[in-house]
Amino acid sequence: MTDTLLELRGLTKAYPGVVANSDVSFTIGKGEVHALLGENGAGKSTLVKTIYGLVKPDTGKMTLNGTAYEPSEPRAARAAGVAMVFQHFSLFDALDVAENIALGMENPPAMADLAARIREVSEQYGLPLDPDMVVGDLSAGERQRVEIIRCLLQDPKLLIMDEPTSVLTPQEVEILFKTLNILREEGTSILYISHKLEEIRTLCEHATILRHGKVVGNCDPRQTSAREMAEMMVGASLHVPEKAPHEAGEVVLSIRGLSAPAPHQFGTALKNITVDVRAGEVLGIGGVAGNGQDELVAALSGEMKTAAGMVVIDGREIGRLGPNERRAAGLCAAPEERNGHAAAPDMSLTENALMTGAVRKKLVKNGLLDWPAAKVFAEEVIKAFDVRTPGAANTARSLSGGNLQKFVIGREIMQKPRVLVINQPTWGVDASAAASIRQAILDLAVSGTAVVCISQDLDELREISDRFAALNEGKLTPPRPAKGLTIDEIGLMLGGAHDMEVAHVDA
Amino acid sequence: MLMLEKRAQPSKAWVYAAPILAVAITMIVGGAVFAMLGKPPIEAIRTIFYDPIFGDFASYSRPQLLIKAGPLILIAIGLSFGFRAGIWNIGAEGQYIIGAMAAAGTGLAFYPMEARWLIFPLMIIAGLAGGMLWAAIPAFLRIRFKTNEILVSLMLVYVAEAIQASMALNLLRNPDGHGFPGSRNLSQYSSSANLELIANSGIHWGVMAAVTAVVFAYFILARHRFGFDVRLAGQSPRAAGFAGVDAGRLIFICMLISGGLAGAAGMFEIAGPAGRVSIDFNVGYGFTAIIVAFLGRLHPVGILIAGLLMALTYIGGELAQLSLGLPGAAIQLFQGMLLFFLLAVDVMTSYRIRFGKTE
Repeated sequence: MTDTLLELRGLTKAYPGVVANSDVSFTIGKGEVHALLGENGAGKSTLVKTIYGLVKPDTGKMTLNGTAYEPSEPRAARAAGVAMVFQHFSLFDALDVAENIALGMENPPAMADLAARIREVSEQYGLPLDPDMVVGDLSAGERQRVEIIRCLLQDPKLLIMDEPTSVLTPQEVEILFKTLNILREEGTSILYISHKLEEIRTLCEHATILRHGKVVGNCDPRQTSAREMAEMMVGASLHVPEKAPHEAGEVVLSIRGLSAPAPHQFGTALKNITVDVRAGEVLGIGGVAGNGQDELVAALSGEMKTAAGMVVIDGREIGRLGPNERRAAGLCAAPEERNGHAAAPDMSLTENALMTGAVRKKLVKNGLLDWPAAKVFAEEVIKAFDVRTPGAANTARSLSGGNLQKFVIGREIMQKPRVLVINQPTWGVDASAAASIRQAILDLAVSGTAVVCISQDLDELREISDRFAALNEGKLTPPRPAKGLTIDEIGLMLGGAHDMEVAHVDA
Repeated sequence: MLMLEKRAQPSKAWVYAAPILAVAITMIVGGAVFAMLGKPPIEAIRTIFYDPIFGDFASYSRPQLLIKAGPLILIAIGLSFGFRAGIWNIGAEGQYIIGAMAAAGTGLAFYPMEARWLIFPLMIIAGLAGGMLWAAIPAFLRIRFKTNEILVSLMLVYVAEAIQASMALNLLRNPDGHGFPGSRNLSQYSSSANLELIANSGIHWGVMAAVTAVVFAYFILARHRFGFDVRLAGQSPRAAGFAGVDAGRLIFICMLISGGLAGAAGMFEIAGPAGRVSIDFNVGYGFTAIIVAFLGRLHPVGILIAGLLMALTYIGGELAQLSLGLPGAAIQLFQGMLLFFLLAVDVMTSYRIRFGKTE
């Protein structure tokens, strides 16, 4: 247990204008689950890519099992026994599980043998997976299992996992942790990247914390509180969003029996969703990705039209209206994907501000664009949401993911909508920026807006929601007051147990 | 190893430098090709680019420049809206033909009535309508049945050519033409003639229309919501949907604009420089306009310059064929090179080249 598997000594990697890693040193023991913590941009990805052979360090050394380790490419890393599960899956929807796994192998065996191997490994590690399933039909959790099994078939000594639980239900997380524990007992080391600190506290025995590319601390997560770790990551004390006390007002948004067919082959049909959202209220909608989140946002934003009476604002039926007519009626939305959906990457921030702000900010008069007013609006958003950019003339693409997210969310919030629909508002945003986005959402609610917040981050939903509902295969559970809801109860809601009492008997 | 790295911002300098550099490279490589054909390269380049404007016979070739550039610019402006929005109307040639046929038919229906105030405008409307109708077919099929507008619009060019031949041989044939194919001469019929507005300048109503289209397109793209929607749809279709752009409506409008302007170009041509319906009335303006649109990087002012440049290479090319005996294929190669090098150099606008190892 105490033997060292991988040792990093003084790794430094600089990119033009930024030092991604500076003199990073730590060791990972055999059979150790080692957490790597840090905010976005702290240098975690660069470090992990260095270990996986995707990035060559400027200086510094790595030793694996006592011998020098300098992988020139991922293939060399894999040959040395280092495997990685990426946050974003590289799978082909139209192929089945075994075919997808074969594509990632140097010398794939015959398909029948491979399928048998997949079954064997999936049973051995408690990861149920059918090699004949088409990947497009799998849930996010199952897709991740495909990636994990692809790694396990190589018999790795070190398994790197980048944010593995961000797409999983609590129950699926439990299954994953069991698997990781089996691996640990077999002597496989795991380098685990996550910003979910409670998870790290239950799983990992060692944590290295990065900030601005440097190692700023080590700890034993089992004996350190989540708050202490968070403050080590941020380097300052954390602001927890607060909601000023207020009463929920009248019903603003009514979704009545909303049903819609799947918009494309691997989409999800919406099934009879009914819920009211009141002024000043935040309705949190949880659920694993691919259960109808995108479709629900599209049906509310107006990108997908439905029967008129399925979506109602202030008593007005808007189900047949397009996005701009809905904006005029008071509904603003922010879809999950920033690049190419919520924002046009090659357009300037001014143009992106005009994109959704045209109606409510009156940036178009008689069909003519008011560029000066659009620029003012863009600059207001940049200022109010602390978007780091040299100016509104810069393209959306030039912003980092977190900054663009601030801009996109800020653009909708600053339009002071009657109803705000947002999907994954803090996805990929660092902790302090996430806190300020959440605070802005709460402030907007206090001012009388009905907010629908869809997220896969359950901690986020518990922090800001007044009521919580779960989306499962296009169906929405009846909302329940968020206060006092335990993580287990949420998990059961996400798992599709619509009747909690029965679910309790099962559990 | 050579690597391309995407720039965070498109380079402003390269936006302007790329076309100039492309023309320069074309001259060098084209000159080399001419030299290999045994022709004096510098003289050939001068004949193509210089002589049509300043040479000994420039008084003849200068008006030709505008006569040729007019339809190219008018059609290319129309196409540029669709191309910016990601709608590929390749069949402007067919829309050009149908516009010309509709206009000619309208004009000849009134023959020999003298009423220019009525007939000439009616012919312009007929030209616009004919081109729009022909473009509406691929637009409708794309929206309704998700067919590929590239293929449908292209194939309709050949249908239009067949109609044109039929018109020249049957319906619109000159009754006083002793059985020869071809219609009455519209440029000699005072109610329909699209005449030069200033003698010996080449400026006819079509050239005026082209300049108006340039100004109008510039304004729409820079200041109007429609222009913004077009750009947004071309860059990020999903973002356009989110912004409230109706994709089907946009496809239809863009196709109608390009078809209408191509049809109008056909009208101005058949009532002016060409004069009459014949089997081979169309000379490929509709296809060349695609090159002009991209050479002008889909920008109205760029298209204006590109149209003039393209017309110059046509006239200069003909001149070089006559005076230096350059083969026609070499001239076409030269024109193709221009687009090819522009696209190649254009990469530099959004990317930078780095020498180094893969990371």
